[in-house]
Amino acid sequence: METVVCETELEIKNADGLHMRPAMRFVDIANLYECDITVSNSENSVDGKSIMQMSMLAATCGAKLKVRAEGSDAQQAVSTLRELVEEKMFDEPPPRNKKKS
Amino acid sequence: MKFADFVCFEAIILELKAIDRDGVIAELVSALDKACRLGKGKSREIIKAVIERENEASTGMGKGIAVPHVKHAVVKDVVAAVGQSSVGIDFSALDKQPVYSVILLISPVDNPDRHLQAMENIFRHLQQDKFRRFLRQSQTVEDIKDLLQEADENPSLL
Repeated sequence: METVVCETELEIKNADGLHMRPAMRFVDIANLYECDITVSNSENSVDGKSIMQMSMLAATCGAKLKVRAEGSDAQQAVSTLRELVEEKMFDEPPPRNKKKS
Repeated sequence: MKFADFVCFEAIILELKAIDRDGVIAELVSALDKACRLGKGKSREIIKAVIERENEASTGMGKGIAVPHVKHAVVKDVVAAVGQSSVGIDFSALDKQPVYSVILLISPVDNPDRHLQAMENIFRHLQQDKFRRFLRQSQTVEDIKDLLQEADENPSLL
């Protein structure tokens, strides 16, 4: 069977960034899938299924993370993770004043 | 961010007296209060808040580590206390195993980025088997301080 690879960039949009609770939700969802999930910032690539490793990303609001999924359900995993991070924003509020970039 | 930027070296406890989660939280907050002056009557408030946060979801991340934390207006920047337990504490950790190293953080209300940076530092080191082993083998508070400073200066050696 052919391996499916799905890659995308996700922006952290909630004000508090990827702190422990959002990171746990990410990891919980990632673990529902069989595919391998790697998440990277400019410095590190970590296992998207490990809470300790995800905490090492220190992804603040506005940070962009590269998510790479590899395996038969990769497409689905990436699409669910996108929904969690960018649409639901982990059910957390966005910044009150839009950050100047 | 380095350990020296947020760990209060006067609030390192080599052997925690408490043997339960809430007791450990209280002991570490009191140590921070003594060393860094959290403000009159604030420690009780903070202890309660940390316990409430812990009840929502355990910060026992597995591998014998817990990182209880809370945001509170008494601090302008992240401060942390470190405590070791040789008996092991039940933190309802993700891997259901006892916790031997506890790092308790109080983070400012209005600076989420600093909190994330402190966490990044903690997990970068605590991921390393060697670092966790050295921490658990520490015989004195001085050993723990040395370990944290070593990690700050030569992260690649650990």
